[in-house]
Amino acid sequence: MAGGLSERYGIDATVIRVALVLSALVSGIGVVGYVIAWLLFPVDDEQGTIGSRAVSDRKGLLVVVALLPVLVAVLVVGSALDAGYLSSVAWAVYLSAGGLILVYRNADDAERVWLHRVAEPVMHLGSASARSRRALIVRVVGGSVLLSVGLVLLVLSHSSRVTLDLLGGVVLMIAAIVVIFGPWWLRLTRDLVSERQARIRAEERADMAARVHDSVLQTLALIQRSAAQPDRVVQLARTQERDLRSWLFEGRPPGSIGADGAGTLAAALEQVAREVEAAHGVPVDVVVVGDCPLDDDLRMMLAAGREATVNSAKWSGASTVSIFAEVEAQQVSMFVRDRGTGFDPDVVAEDRQGIATSIRARMGRVGGAVIIRSIIGQGTEIELTVPRSGART
Amino acid sequence: MTPGAVPRVFLVDDHHLFRAGVRNELGTAVEIVGEADEVSAAVELIGERLPDVVLLDVHMPNGGGLAVIEAVKPTHPEVRFLALSVSDAPEDVIAVIRSGARGYVTKTISGPELQDAVLRVAAGDAVFSPRLAGFVLDAFAAIPNDGPPASFDPELDQLSAREHEVLRLIARGYTYKEIARELEISTKTVESHVSSVLRKLQLSTRHQLTRWATERRLI
Repeated sequence: MAGGLSERYGIDATVIRVALVLSALVSGIGVVGYVIAWLLFPVDDEQGTIGSRAVSDRKGLLVVVALLPVLVAVLVVGSALDAGYLSSVAWAVYLSAGGLILVYRNADDAERVWLHRVAEPVMHLGSASARSRRALIVRVVGGSVLLSVGLVLLVLSHSSRVTLDLLGGVVLMIAAIVVIFGPWWLRLTRDLVSERQARIRAEERADMAARVHDSVLQTLALIQRSAAQPDRVVQLARTQERDLRSWLFEGRPPGSIGADGAGTLAAALEQVAREVEAAHGVPVDVVVVGDCPLDDDLRMMLAAGREATVNSAKWSGASTVSIFAEVEAQQVSMFVRDRGTGFDPDVVAEDRQGIATSIRARMGRVGGAVIIRSIIGQGTEIELTVPRSGART
Repeated sequence: MTPGAVPRVFLVDDHHLFRAGVRNELGTAVEIVGEADEVSAAVELIGERLPDVVLLDVHMPNGGGLAVIEAVKPTHPEVRFLALSVSDAPEDVIAVIRSGARGYVTKTISGPELQDAVLRVAAGDAVFSPRLAGFVLDAFAAIPNDGPPASFDPELDQLSAREHEVLRLIARGYTYKEIARELEISTKTVESHVSSVLRKLQLSTRHQLTRWATERRLI
């Protein structure tokens, strides 16, 4: 972020970072500024800012408003206990929490993956889904310690009746807020849960659409092109039928790579090359540097790379397709290159599934990146990179 | 070879049809001064006609391309070899390179690319196929877990950052000209990087290289 700001205004990034950290230490206002900047500045080569999307996100704004009573409660408690610093921090915390919610809800896939990674340790401490007994014990013990320290402090420093009355008033107020806003909060939570489920369903549908496109639609296109060769049509139809059956009845998705024995990246790439060669009759050269066992992220990259290879074999008219993959300590990269006709990535029609869902969306889901270099008349190179899961922790 | 003249090329391959195909593809870009279909005839004729470049099949009866290089090199070190093979097995590739070949290409190479490779080798440069570049990156990739061996020589046993970049682009299927454009250096500089990698490949004592070479009983 600081880097982005400095790029925009030509100030040294370090200066901005130091200023941010200082203001964060003093009152928490720096954090608010950071989040707001996040909302306002567009990410490199992306349409619009997160902020402009957030403004039209009514549900997200509702959630932020629903948190207001909590802020009020904290402010009231703060003034009742004469703890002025509490209220100044509370505002900052509220604003940044609200901003973060909007950022999260309107971030794109890549940013969301990043946020998840950042938030992971916190989630483990606080969420009810943390399954391990240790997390539970830590939570209960931590909570009890905080509670007893608070009670002891109260009893020791404010033993007079006046403060106890005051405290009673605060408790009553909080109760009132809960009674008034409780049902609304409940409904909001339910809405959020169902929205989350809808998103998961949409992701599943996108994944399925990509698979159907990669297997069934590609085969149908092939069949139309080989209509003059009955043998080839029969062979294609058989292969497709086998794939579909094993998907529908055995739960093994078509084009799922590494399912039958190919347990490493190099072996799986050879398999992809063999399959594309067999289906499209274009030789595919594979060069792999290093190797590693397959995981789900790599399978996703392979599926995207396979689609890139199929596109090259089908559309470019090149006599060969080259695949180069390199396994490094931090990331795995894969290059699919042909010397065919090339295309203009900006003018690919919207309804063409290939690049949008089969390549970009897949890489987005695993926090990877796609770079397409294509020159009309000279060929195309598609670069896919994915961070190694081992390197994340 | 005198500047301006077409290189004199000698073909060694035990498949008649393949020799005919190569002759056809090279066309007038080179002068074919002879061909042979087995090791001993090849050694004799090369010694007699002294070509600039020998296009050499790696897999032949009686020792293959390796035997030809080993027999010719001691008496005629000026003859350059470009290995041609259908196989991409690292032990084959590394063995012929370490025995002195200036380059390695697979038989699936296109006509113009083969011409280009022959001209390059004739001019004293090195020619790497994408896969050979991949092997070299692999072989030079990491220092083994138990630390560098006692004889580790950073001059020979390590690739420079630039050499690494050049090899990666070769492995991605870029031509020398495309690499020069991508890295904003001259084609000559690309050639000198590749030649320097070739030298390391021939002289380094890295474990992977010696293992691959030993598997072909070279050392």
